[in-house]
Amino acid sequence: MKVREVLGRGDYALISSLIPEGARVLDLGCGDGALLGWLAANKRIEGRGIEIRPDLAQRAAARGVAVYHGDLESSLAEYPEGAFDYVILSQTLQELRRPLEVLEQMLRIGRHAVVGFPNFGHWRVRLSHLFSGRAPRTRLFPHAWHSSPNIHFLTVLDFEETIAEKQWRVETRLFLSGHSQIRFAPNWRAEIAVYLLRG
Amino acid sequence: MITETQFVRFDSLELDCGETLTDLQVAYETYGQLNEARDNAILILHAFTGDAHAAGIDHQGKPGWWDNMIGPGKGFDTNRYFVFCANVLGGCRGTTGPSSIDPRTGRRYGLRFPVITIGDMVRLQKKLVDHLGIPRLLAVCGGSMGGMQALDWAVSYPEAVEACIPIAATARHSAQQIAFNETGRQAIMMDPDFENGDYPEDRPPARGLAVARMIGHITYMSDESMREKFGRRLRNREAFSFGFDIDFEVESYLRYRGQQFVGRFDANSYLYITKAMDYFDLTLGYPSLAASLERATARFLVISFTSDWLYPTYQSLEIVNALRSRNHDVTYCELTSNYGHDAFLVDIAEQTEVVRGFLDRCHREFRRAGA
Repeated sequence: MKVREVLGRGDYALISSLIPEGARVLDLGCGDGALLGWLAANKRIEGRGIEIRPDLAQRAAARGVAVYHGDLESSLAEYPEGAFDYVILSQTLQELRRPLEVLEQMLRIGRHAVVGFPNFGHWRVRLSHLFSGRAPRTRLFPHAWHSSPNIHFLTVLDFEETIAEKQWRVETRLFLSGHSQIRFAPNWRAEIAVYLLRG
Repeated sequence: MITETQFVRFDSLELDCGETLTDLQVAYETYGQLNEARDNAILILHAFTGDAHAAGIDHQGKPGWWDNMIGPGKGFDTNRYFVFCANVLGGCRGTTGPSSIDPRTGRRYGLRFPVITIGDMVRLQKKLVDHLGIPRLLAVCGGSMGGMQALDWAVSYPEAVEACIPIAATARHSAQQIAFNETGRQAIMMDPDFENGDYPEDRPPARGLAVARMIGHITYMSDESMREKFGRRLRNREAFSFGFDIDFEVESYLRYRGQQFVGRFDANSYLYITKAMDYFDLTLGYPSLAASLERATARFLVISFTSDWLYPTYQSLEIVNALRSRNHDVTYCELTSNYGHDAFLVDIAEQTEVVRGFLDRCHREFRRAGA
């Protein structure tokens, strides 16, 4: 099944399909606020963002996004419990120093957590590693080993295992390969996984 | 754009210290037009030694202190917004202060002027806002002491503030900030010309006031901006004087700024306004800063600057985190600048973009709520 794009991105389309009209949304690592801006314009959400890079935080603020310029890993504790309907973490999980703490905070301050990450179990990653004998480099993992922001690689299976351990509830799983949504063998075939979780 | 300072008088003002001032004057300037819905008014709050002349050119050809931020197409776009600024209570630029005539005695107040607070300044500004017929301000905004007033506005008059923009400000003065202010006050009061505040108009405690200003100027800059601006460059000489004349550029600059200040600022106003800043503590009467800010219904934009060591980022974060703890609508940016505390006045490119985007959204939401 082909996925339409939001702001040129398939994963944004999947994420925004999960967010209902008028929701209170916090986007962790919101960048220049493009997704929050789109959701505000198209779904009239009440959005907040967190972004650590000063140039991106300024651009988000300049487009009217209520952005907090700071480190998301040390700044979630301030928010009260249940402050948001949805807390989004898109393509950032694998860059966090303490990913589990962040996920737990997301489920504390949000009624739902939306987590999207690149799947390190995709067949291209496996082949790249198997045949090159080097750290995998693919479309989604283009970085050299020393300059990669990714420090905690994970696969769909790994994430499922963590969810089971933590006893979180999965409300929706969505898997994306290129521009197609897929259903079977996601750990082999999905480039990007998007989970809708509840605590 | 030639701007005129206007004046309005009010019968009385009750003060936090318990006294009441009578027959007060407020000096203010306005830019742009108040629209029919009265939903485009922005009150600009000046810092310590500022005045009502915030934008445009006055009759002496002097630009306003925030002319780079206020005007057609600028951060505070006067094509869209009605922007106004008033000299603070206790000031010496047209609003009642210690250099005004005490109506009870016919003489200048001097140190008989009651000690005032940031809250008193805001209460007087509220009278001006009522006088102008504005039920709810689109925004209150100021840097430094102006930011403290903006915060006080949002908490004291939540029904009258749609958006609050404190820049390089704090919710309470720290020991270091009080210490610098006290050093300035002592320099003034120890000047033999101070005469317990009853100095003649043409013979102020100029040496003390100049030293106070020199100290102030150092705190407004950063180590880096001073190195860039002056370094160790000598002033009009090739070698050291081996004396106590001016050797270095930085000495010349500070002496010049100190002397220049004496011509435009009243020593008693210096005492009263710095004391008001030192007394400022938004948590007074509340169990916490969050509990105090909880009264506010405004959206917030908080800005700090990386090299500002007088009002450091942690003080802005204290405000932002208190707001976040109550899930308030707050935008926060720490802007990168070498200019120290002065950054909000001089390093304005990024500040302009952020303020413009925030105001645009607030105006849209304000209109939606009003419609």
